[in-house]
Amino acid sequence: MDISRFSFRDGLKDGMPIALGYLSVSFGFGVSAVSMGIGWLAAALISLTNVTSAGQVAGVAIIAAAGSLGEIALSMLVINIRYFLMSISLSQKLDDSCTLPRRLLIAYGVTDEIFAVSSSKEGPVGSRYMAGLILLPVIGWTIGTLLGGIAGELLPYSVSAALGIAIYGMFVAIIMPVARKDKGVLLCVCVSVLLSCLLKYIPLFSGISAGFSVIICAIVSAAAASVIKPVKEAEA
Amino acid sequence: MNHAIPLWLYVLVMACVTYAVRMTPLVLFRKKIHSVFVRSFLYYVPYAVLGAMTIPGIFYSTDSVYSAAAGLAAALVASFAGRSLLFVAVAACAAAYLAALIVPLF
Repeated sequence: MDISRFSFRDGLKDGMPIALGYLSVSFGFGVSAVSMGIGWLAAALISLTNVTSAGQVAGVAIIAAAGSLGEIALSMLVINIRYFLMSISLSQKLDDSCTLPRRLLIAYGVTDEIFAVSSSKEGPVGSRYMAGLILLPVIGWTIGTLLGGIAGELLPYSVSAALGIAIYGMFVAIIMPVARKDKGVLLCVCVSVLLSCLLKYIPLFSGISAGFSVIICAIVSAAAASVIKPVKEAEA
Repeated sequence: MNHAIPLWLYVLVMACVTYAVRMTPLVLFRKKIHSVFVRSFLYYVPYAVLGAMTIPGIFYSTDSVYSAAAGLAAALVASFAGRSLLFVAVAACAAAYLAALIVPLF
């Protein structure tokens, strides 16, 4: 493999729209974290060190419920397992400039959007391009959380209570377009939602915490969908 | 919050596990996954997670189930209409806010 022609500046340019999107999504996370009793500074620190939406929301919920370290670790593993697949794919896309130390740094910034953009580039991508691509989204993600957290603490209760739903609205917006096109995803989401309601409302399961519930729902419904509607090579 | 486990330890565990998931394949693996089941499973997991986290969690994200239900309805309609992430989120918040004003009147 040779050296990619994409520069640091190319990365910055491609990262800009991602950063703007992240600014708004993480604002919702900030508001929601503060409403669960996590301070805005801690929320921003979580964003800076994790850079992932669903995992952080689940993590904050576990912290708020005083869950165990094992529960939070297992949750992060299951919820973020998709990055494993993305990193495998990305590892074949990186050029020879990506030495081991640089790969260790690039790994920090593998998110859904950064992965999607870097995969869409023609030919290999280098460490300079990846650095540019990762920089602005991480800043946007952290600043957005900071602003959301501060807004959550300053705004009147009636407004901040309504803002708590923002991150869930975004989850719906992420699922909907894919579920409309892909029957497998629709099936998977329906099974998962049904299971999570059963685990929440049937008294028999009341001992299962929210964190473990998400893990169980995710594994069962994703496995069911994989058996009923396996994904063909090109789609995954 | 009253915790036996300090906050920083939670944050550290979250960060380490998330990083390890991203880093391991990038450093160790150089092979493609061929198992259709594993590929499918990894493809479906994010949607399964989001689904399980959204419902019923969304109903407890505002100060009442009614305002949250209004927000969810708005999010479903706006996202079905193909609106952007930001638009859907704002619509959900606005609907929840309005519902919280209206519901106590009944």
